[in-house]
Amino acid sequence: MSNPAKSRLTLGPILFHWPNPRRRDFYARIADEAPIDCVYLGEAVCSKRLPWFEEDLPEIAARLRRAGKEVIFSTPALITTEQEAAGIQALLDAGETIEINDLACLHWVRGKRFVSGPLINVFHERALDVLRNHGARRVNMPVELSAAQIATLARHNRTGETEVFAFGRQPLAISQRCYHARAHNLHKDNCQFVCGLDADGLEVSELNGRALFAVNGTQTLSHGFLVLVDALAELQAAGVSHFRLSPHTLDMVEVAGIYRAVLDGTCSADEANARLAERIAPIPFINGYLHARAGREWQPARPST
Amino acid sequence: MKAYLELVCPAGTPAALRAAVDAGADAVYCGFQDCTNARNYPGLNFDRHELKSGIAYAHARGCRVFVAVNTFARAGDFGPWQRAVDDAAALGADAIIVADLGVLDYAARTYPQLRLHLSVQAAAASAFAIRFYRETFGISRVILPRVLAVEEIAALIGQTDIEAEVFAFGSLGTMVEGRCYLSSYITGRSPSMDGVCAPAEHVSYQEEGNCLVSRLGEVMINLFGPDEPAAYPTPCKGRYLVHGRPIYLFEEPIGLNVIPLLAELKAAGVTALKIEGRQRSRAYVSKIVGTFRAILDSLAQGKPLPAEAAELAGVAEGGRETFGAYARGWR
Repeated sequence: MSNPAKSRLTLGPILFHWPNPRRRDFYARIADEAPIDCVYLGEAVCSKRLPWFEEDLPEIAARLRRAGKEVIFSTPALITTEQEAAGIQALLDAGETIEINDLACLHWVRGKRFVSGPLINVFHERALDVLRNHGARRVNMPVELSAAQIATLARHNRTGETEVFAFGRQPLAISQRCYHARAHNLHKDNCQFVCGLDADGLEVSELNGRALFAVNGTQTLSHGFLVLVDALAELQAAGVSHFRLSPHTLDMVEVAGIYRAVLDGTCSADEANARLAERIAPIPFINGYLHARAGREWQPARPST
Repeated sequence: MKAYLELVCPAGTPAALRAAVDAGADAVYCGFQDCTNARNYPGLNFDRHELKSGIAYAHARGCRVFVAVNTFARAGDFGPWQRAVDDAAALGADAIIVADLGVLDYAARTYPQLRLHLSVQAAAASAFAIRFYRETFGISRVILPRVLAVEEIAALIGQTDIEAEVFAFGSLGTMVEGRCYLSSYITGRSPSMDGVCAPAEHVSYQEEGNCLVSRLGEVMINLFGPDEPAAYPTPCKGRYLVHGRPIYLFEEPIGLNVIPLLAELKAAGVTALKIEGRQRSRAYVSKIVGTFRAILDSLAQGKPLPAEAAELAGVAEGGRETFGAYARGWR
């Protein structure tokens, strides 16, 4: 069980296809200003995007490290090509720690320590043990788990580090088909990178006009923003050591500050929710999975007594 | 006669099992009546006694039985998955179909002689993933995810030399299997852990004017005009507004049918064809299995496709068909 005082904030990989200047500016501010302990860099969704920005990654990583932050390289949610395989091998050869999002990576990591990402199915203690035996040093909980299930796994997690996805649009599915291309009457092989048009994802609504999903290339995300500030204390107490914020175009330095303040006990969850709502509205908050309900729902915290 | 491709057929019920065996299945697959298999729907699947009888019926006719234990074991609740593996082994299943790392680990350690087939729910889409599963758990066969083109399948089999089973006919998911949360996002019940996608108790249809609205929970999945056939409200086959335009963003209500690709799949090194549809009727299973039997026997003898092959068009979901990811343009 970890010491709640040592809870760490992490910044997930940018899931969306942002232009290079925006990426560089984003990480410069994170390095200089954000109370983030660990940053995941790289491309987790579509490896076609990687050539656009991979040349910048060493410099970004160096800058983040000079600022005292741990840097881990995220890898694709679905690995099917030789180039994707070569990219993972190159990271490992360079001595980097990787976050795996496809179990194919276990073919390469042998003997090296890695982070199991949120897209790996770890629903049960035995699955957790298999990952640990292959070298996992930190395990992300799938977003679908309830607080009770997270607590069971965190208690059992002998890697010592349990991470939970705590802020941002929630990843729901990954495909080989590109829905962004499809929405523009294009195919993935000639996609023209139209996913770059929607820096927080493309809104997908029910036929009655109510927003439901956000599409990000081959990935489908929730429309609502997962906001877990209500549950941070409970999850800390259950042994969760790392809380992940997923990058969006709103002010992530501010978001990190709010989460840090709640973890440190200097800001109430109510105040944090109010401050976050100012930045996220009219998009709704969601936290249903945590309460063993439909993921798209929002359950407000019980009033504190 | 040597099989052209092994024909693996759905057995959602004991009656469907007998129908599939009688129609010429080389193997059938089925599951127990609980959350341990990915078709956990009311009225489907086998109790222990039914499975014992089903295995006896199939084995007496030279047909193998694969038992799907292919959901993901829930935290703190391994019992149902352990019992499913134990009982499948004890009842003489020819293989179990598994996706979860924990269940694979348990089965490989406890029953080293039991054949393990890697479920499509594990979505092992590369030679690297397949090698990991084979070296770690000794899997004998992989059921390939429905995201690969035929040439990718050929490359993958060439690099791994493993038995590969591919989906040939039936419903088509568009997301990477085993990692799709759309249904639980809407209903709270998880395909991964509960084995049910778009559960019937959350489905409703409502007439609005001369249109029919289908919903999953509170979410509108589609609206059908008077001339449109209504489809089941599976979230990845819904019609949604994008840029203000109603489109089938993920996939249309359409069925997979690879009959025209069978020779290519054979040439790619595929071992077995899987027919989807444990939720389908006994009559459906009879027709599809019988037709595929006739097709495969003709191909094995170097004959052209029999006339029945054309009859399957229109039986598929939505009455329309696709090659899905097997053809590159799908992406």
